[in-house]
Amino acid sequence: MSERLETEVLIVGGGLVGCATALALARRRTPCLLVERDRCGAQASGVNYGGVRRQGRALAELPLANRARRMWGRLARLVGHDSEFRATGHLRLARDAAELARLERWAEEARRFDVRCELLSPAELTARWPWLAPGLAGGSFCADDGQANPRLTTPLFARAAREQGGRILEGRAVTALERSTKGFRAAIENGPEIEARVLVNAAGAWGPAVAALAGEEFPGEVIAPNMLVSEPLPYRIIPNLGTAGPGVYVRQVPSGSVLFGGGRGVADPVTRRCRPLTSTSLATLAEARRIVPDLARATIIRSWAGIEGRMPDDLPVIGPSPRVPGLFHAFGFSGHGFMLAPAVGAVLAELILDGHSATSLAGLEPTRFEPASRVAVAT
Amino acid sequence: MSGGPPVVIVGAGPAGMAAAATLAEAGLRPMVLDKFPGPGGQGWRAPAVGGSGPLASLDGEDARRARERFLELARSGRIDWYPETTVIDLTRERLWAVGPSGEVDSTAWSRLVLCPGAIERIVPLPGWTLPGVYTLGGAQTALKGQACALGRRIAFLGTGPLLWLAAAQHVIGGVEVAVVADTARLQGLLVSFPALLANRHRLGLGLRCVRVLRRARVPVLRGVRALAILGQGHVEGVRVTTRRREWSFACDAVATSFGLVRQLQLPDLLDVPIRFDRESESWLAEVDDAHRTAVPGVYLAGDAAGIRGATAAALTGERAALSLLEDLGRPVDAARCVRLRKQLQRHARCARALGRAFPLPSALEAEIADDTIVCRCEAVTAGALREAARAFEVDEINRAKALTRCGMGRCQGRFCGPTAARVLARARGIDLEAAGRLRTQPPIEPLPAHVRPVEGGSMA
Repeated sequence: MSERLETEVLIVGGGLVGCATALALARRRTPCLLVERDRCGAQASGVNYGGVRRQGRALAELPLANRARRMWGRLARLVGHDSEFRATGHLRLARDAAELARLERWAEEARRFDVRCELLSPAELTARWPWLAPGLAGGSFCADDGQANPRLTTPLFARAAREQGGRILEGRAVTALERSTKGFRAAIENGPEIEARVLVNAAGAWGPAVAALAGEEFPGEVIAPNMLVSEPLPYRIIPNLGTAGPGVYVRQVPSGSVLFGGGRGVADPVTRRCRPLTSTSLATLAEARRIVPDLARATIIRSWAGIEGRMPDDLPVIGPSPRVPGLFHAFGFSGHGFMLAPAVGAVLAELILDGHSATSLAGLEPTRFEPASRVAVAT
Repeated sequence: MSGGPPVVIVGAGPAGMAAAATLAEAGLRPMVLDKFPGPGGQGWRAPAVGGSGPLASLDGEDARRARERFLELARSGRIDWYPETTVIDLTRERLWAVGPSGEVDSTAWSRLVLCPGAIERIVPLPGWTLPGVYTLGGAQTALKGQACALGRRIAFLGTGPLLWLAAAQHVIGGVEVAVVADTARLQGLLVSFPALLANRHRLGLGLRCVRVLRRARVPVLRGVRALAILGQGHVEGVRVTTRRREWSFACDAVATSFGLVRQLQLPDLLDVPIRFDRESESWLAEVDDAHRTAVPGVYLAGDAAGIRGATAAALTGERAALSLLEDLGRPVDAARCVRLRKQLQRHARCARALGRAFPLPSALEAEIADDTIVCRCEAVTAGALREAARAFEVDEINRAKALTRCGMGRCQGRFCGPTAARVLARARGIDLEAAGRLRTQPPIEPLPAHVRPVEGGSMA
């Protein structure tokens, strides 16, 4: 006879979203158990680029992003340790007129959400940041955005959740899910059978697979954003940089390392292995040199990738399941979930415990994929 | 050569040179990529002009002959040799390399013989980051390759055959040796002696080294329990603790290492199975007797396939090349394969005996003082590792890396990785195997960001 464990909320997936949800629930004294088949933060949550930005996001994400930004400002208190969040500002660069128009349009639309961006001419750009390439079409600076260290953030959330009374099981995969009288019954690898009233699907790239265990269908693609880092250089690039269109992200940390993000590596969701591609890395470096020519003097010492889920509309799936009572989804962050995750945890806890949240999820709800999903609830 | 991607050999040390010669003799024209300007690798590096005389006598003629044969094959176009070309990434279809002028080139490959060699095993001793501290191999390279000594009076610390060879070579080269301090006990060497008789050549070389040191009246200490490098801003001396007493020696340079570590980055990038070997307490890539890996068309030879010395490395290169020819359906002399197998078995016995005679001082390593730096690229101390391990209940080396930055610098954990795993395992009371090994991430050698990729790959 296998052991049986009862909890209020079962969270599947120990990425930053799962860990933040565990912490938010634990802080409200709600018994919860997080099951992670690898280690917390093993995939994209732990090895992403580390951007903490609102600028450039889809407008539907902005209510959540605003709440998250407030949380980042006091994250050290929330998790009991510095996650190296710094409000260095985020500078988005336009390489041509079309990109500039895009920056201008976004800055205008984002005012509704109280996000302020400063639009800058080429002359203003180089006056303020002399190391920028001449010949850029313009830029937009959001002073409140910034960056943080993803390697630390997820383990910190996991540790804080544990300290608040949340339970986390690492190295165990959920192998089966079914409805029970109480809510859900889950079987996990080498572990007890779990009974929970509520189920949170925070399985990232494997979100659609976990949803399928509960009888729901979602589209989704598995991606592995490609990142690289240099040896230390003198600390000059203070803001987090990005191009307005597809291209490159660049940020430097005070110890001098320069991080680059852009393009994709390759991922295999079955073996859960992924790797960066040198062809992608070389393209990223070429693009980075176009916006900061001095980066030609950097020496790259490492590249990496982390597995991440992407939805067809590039927006995450967050909220209650349209068909399965007690099931909440939060996956498919499409390569930009790191910044949002603290707020996602807080909002999910409110939805689970209060039935509503003051933070709008309009446009992100699971229902938007409803026509495509044929629901057959397992009993 | 007819179309299709080339057969590629990575590394032109003893193994790579032998593999290249074997394939060239069979009429293939292998592409050989090597990071150094001349063939020979670490083990059989060409001596500096004029610096060869007495030093070469300890190396034997094999090295010179192998280099000359390789250069002749390259000159006559039977080997496609790319010197100063460092492989930085490898997939099952392509490889990428940085060439002499800093450009990144790539090529598809049809079969691969990987001969990436080994690096020295460092144990962080108190004071090891002081200017004036080098590895044994570094000191040897300066002496042999550039005919210069790294100090006027050098202390040799560590363990392994290289400790004795490098010290003796310095004596012959006219450099004063302050002390040779070996953590291995004489008893271990004596117990292993019968097995060492299996390889007269290596045994003879070892005995010659001891004789050279004795004749020069160099102080020799064995069974050393603690070592410290002393100095303010530069090496000024060493402190050596034996069972009986503490010794101090003045010196202005230190050469230290504790054996060799197989370089597994290239096989790791291809997902060649890698497992922990309890006897040597280190990780090894699995190869069969004929030096095939589990990945079709990929062969592994030289020190990376097992630390057995340069002569054995050359034999494994030859064996790997013969396997490749067999797999291509070419005729291969069976008697030659049998002979190779027997020779390699003898070398393996000798290598195991040497491993037992010069064991890694694991206790000394596990108990490194809290304020001693383990990862010098990122200045991470043993204390910081232990603290992170405790605070976050870390039981795996990659997680420790994420939290402390240990292994994140220029060397990518090549040097500190094994020590960090040992410190972590001891701190958490877990098995060294369970602590794991640092993941391999490209580029496996630093990549200058100014590089411009050669469109489509010009090599092939």
